[in-house]
Amino acid sequence: MKIAFTSTGDGWDAKVDPRFGRTDYFLIYDDATEAFTLVDNTEIRSVEHGAGPKSAEKIFELAPDVLITGNGPGGNAASILTKMKMKIYVGAGGMSIREAYNAFKNNELQKGV
Amino acid sequence: MRIAIASGKGGTGKTTLSVNLALKLAESKSTALIDLDVEEPNGSIFLKGKLINSLDAQRMVPVWEQKKCNLCGKCPAHCLYNAVIRLGDYILVMPELCHSCHACSELCPADALPMQASPLGTINHFQENKLDFLESRLNIGLEMASPLINQALAYTDKHFATHEYQILDSPPGTSCSMIAAVQTADYSILVTEPTPFGLYDLTLAVETLRHLSQPFGVVVNRWGIGNNEVIKYLEKENIPLIAKIDHQREIASFYSQGKILYRDFPTVNTALEAIISHLEALK
Repeated sequence: MKIAFTSTGDGWDAKVDPRFGRTDYFLIYDDATEAFTLVDNTEIRSVEHGAGPKSAEKIFELAPDVLITGNGPGGNAASILTKMKMKIYVGAGGMSIREAYNAFKNNELQKGV
Repeated sequence: MRIAIASGKGGTGKTTLSVNLALKLAESKSTALIDLDVEEPNGSIFLKGKLINSLDAQRMVPVWEQKKCNLCGKCPAHCLYNAVIRLGDYILVMPELCHSCHACSELCPADALPMQASPLGTINHFQENKLDFLESRLNIGLEMASPLINQALAYTDKHFATHEYQILDSPPGTSCSMIAAVQTADYSILVTEPTPFGLYDLTLAVETLRHLSQPFGVVVNRWGIGNNEVIKYLEKENIPLIAKIDHQREIASFYSQGKILYRDFPTVNTALEAIISHLEALK
């Protein structure tokens, strides 16, 4: 299973970025191989309009099984993400990746969208 | 002469001033009042004119035709607002983000994104005695204020071009919709209140108008509350203080009943006279 986090950086100690559209990175954890893949999204800083849909386009291409984020995608991004099979969990903003992963495993995260 | 009544902060008295100023001007001069606060057009609460023209405003948005699409990827690559997104073999158009620039539609080699008219709002033209009053009202749930403002201004150009005064009741804030309204004006009047919040938002509006190279002056409403910092700021920045309107509880009471103020409140009438002589001196 591939789990994507909106993230401020790489590895277990990075923080979950509470923002979806304007997250700097998507950090993908594959629990089969126990490996991280860091996907740079910093180009979004120069996007003035429609950051949510643009980031949603990226996560669509990455096609993880689960997305864990903070505040949850806004309306425009949500309209795209609902077209995917991916499950979305929110409320992890500010947690470390490790804390957010454990919270997900323990069913402590709220379902979003 | 086209005058925009604007403010950084909402609720400072733009509509109150616009309506009273327009009615007073109309006593002796041909005047049109154009309510461009399309998300919350309140002028009609104070004016009960005869409806003489009503238009349905529309805007153009692309609609994806899947059968024609060859998934070349040009449309998402060229949309500045990310209103057209490609998801695998699916193109998703988000009308809320679309600025009707036609780029995706024109650049599409397969003709798969034809532009279609979409409802935007209504433009109503009323007449009350000698005053022409134009109300532009955005449909509930829509966000695209500027296209409707531009259509109301086009109507103004067409029908009120020879009026001595065109008063624009502008949207609050300093974003696209406010700029769409004020950038066509010959002169702007910023309405503020003498509070820290009023001053802060006034400075944003001043910066915006200076950036647009727009001449402007300031009217301080609800004078007597807050502090003296707005006056000090205007002196320091060399901005004309056109008039002050005293804070009175009875004014709020009249306002809440949708009544006109200047015939009953000398502080309002005096301020309007000062504004009119200020504007006449600009000619």
